[in-house]
Amino acid sequence: MARITREEVERIADLARLTLSAEEAQALTHDLDTMLEYVQALDGLDTQNVEPTAHPLPVATALRPDRARPSLAPEEAVGNAPEREGSAFTVPKVIEGVES
Amino acid sequence: MAQRLGTLSELRAALDDGRTSASDVVAQALGRARELAPAFAATRGLRADRAAEEALQADQRRTARALRSVLDGIPLLLKDNLNHRGEPTTCASRILDGYVSPYDATAVERVKAAGGVVIGRTNMDEFAMGSSTENACDQPTRNPWDPTRVPGGSSGGSAAAVAAGIVPVALGSDTGGSVRQPASFCGVVGIKPTYGRVSRYGLVAFASSLDQVGVFSRTAADAAALLQVISGHDPLDSTSLDEPVPDYAAALDGDVAGLTIGLPREYFVEQGVDPDVLERVRDAVKELERAGAKTCEVSLPHTPYAVATYYLIAMAEASSNLARYDGVRYGHRATGAHDLQSMYSRTRSEGFGAEVKRRILLGTYVLSAGYYDAYYRKAQQARTLLRGDFEAAYRSCDLILTPTAPEVAFALGERSADPLQMYLSDIFTVSANLAGIPGISVPCGFARDLPVGLQLLGPALGESLLLRVADAYQRRTDWHTKTPPEAS
Repeated sequence: MARITREEVERIADLARLTLSAEEAQALTHDLDTMLEYVQALDGLDTQNVEPTAHPLPVATALRPDRARPSLAPEEAVGNAPEREGSAFTVPKVIEGVES
Repeated sequence: MAQRLGTLSELRAALDDGRTSASDVVAQALGRARELAPAFAATRGLRADRAAEEALQADQRRTARALRSVLDGIPLLLKDNLNHRGEPTTCASRILDGYVSPYDATAVERVKAAGGVVIGRTNMDEFAMGSSTENACDQPTRNPWDPTRVPGGSSGGSAAAVAAGIVPVALGSDTGGSVRQPASFCGVVGIKPTYGRVSRYGLVAFASSLDQVGVFSRTAADAAALLQVISGHDPLDSTSLDEPVPDYAAALDGDVAGLTIGLPREYFVEQGVDPDVLERVRDAVKELERAGAKTCEVSLPHTPYAVATYYLIAMAEASSNLARYDGVRYGHRATGAHDLQSMYSRTRSEGFGAEVKRRILLGTYVLSAGYYDAYYRKAQQARTLLRGDFEAAYRSCDLILTPTAPEVAFALGERSADPLQMYLSDIFTVSANLAGIPGISVPCGFARDLPVGLQLLGPALGESLLLRVADAYQRRTDWHTKTPPEAS
């Protein structure tokens, strides 16, 4: 039985902001199915009462004094933007029905 | 043809004796990088003018008797996922087209402060996702020992560049074996330090709880020298360890007498492991026994779950980390999109390669509502058990020895159509990342004329021990002095 359907792959792709071609969707459905089958091996592992590990070594929340420090100048910070106006990033309009 | 560069120690001696200058050494490295680029594609871009300038400054510091460190004036390469101010960082991805780093990664800043001369960037699997360097967006790197084979990955360019004698040392990153496995395939030394030993600030994030900057070299002594420079706490990485950095070079006393080396029975198996690789690794065990080390069998019983655990966690973290590539702030942006959402989708679909999409999708799936507990949480629990395996093993041994990879370098194209088969190449390396412990791959011979690597795994912050044993092994063997015929 398939572990994942093409419809699910397309739904996930939408969540991940990826547009898949028909061929990609088909190939990825197969790949994801194979991978999900492989990781099902973990089902056989008894993890009752096992704490999950989010981080390999114990880390405490690092705190520092709340002081202003030098940082990138606004011009530098936006210097890599594909499109910008002054020190702002520009994007296609977000609000429907408003003339830009 | 520009000659092979010597090791860092050899270059250091030649510089100190006045037999050469940093300018000459850097020119030689740049010349060799250019000449070998068509055959091996180890590098992604050279910074010839700036490197020459920096070499000249190193020579001036020598004249002024103001050398900064043993690395001063030594040429090296950076994996193309480490930010270097004023230089492109591409991660071998189209989505970072045109990106120029506005800042230095901490590891890079420390290399520069020590006088190291970065001559350029090395090729890699896109976003470090792969085990063969075939997932680069433009061209794969080839193995200097046999150009029909892969160099391993994802830091294949760094490994190949060191093996080909372009540079004595290079930086890479290791999320599941991406330093150690290519080191094994290319016949060089590769060390992945303890998680948190080296700052990740400025290393482009793939899987944040697993990523660690690592070092390539031909000798353990050279790895010690470069690791010394880049290690230590960094306030800009809250996961970097605030622990003193020992003098790694001082630990290299050639002595392994009295050490107990654990051999995990789950790694010395006939099934799925090249018998010639096993034989070479067993020979290395005997060599270390002759040097006075004791060995014992240990068990890491959750090993069969390591690859599944690793890929679930790595892909989940990757899907989250790679959400930032949206065409707004840097890199590629699709043209012609009329609204924000389609701009995001088209940018990402055009910018990412097949493997990156595969991992983002699986990662998104396992983190999505309804699947989180079954996959992601389950993998985090398995991670706890895998960590426990090592804690238990280190109660009966000082360090662990395994093959680095179950195989030697495979042919280009051999695994491209089978992602799962590619992932299984990491079967012996992923556990160290899950447990956060250090590992080193050291050349231990050849199988069918291709390099074989042995892996040493230590307890957290056990870098000195790993380097000491690797160095002791290299003092007794000459595998690391062999050079690839195609790049000699």
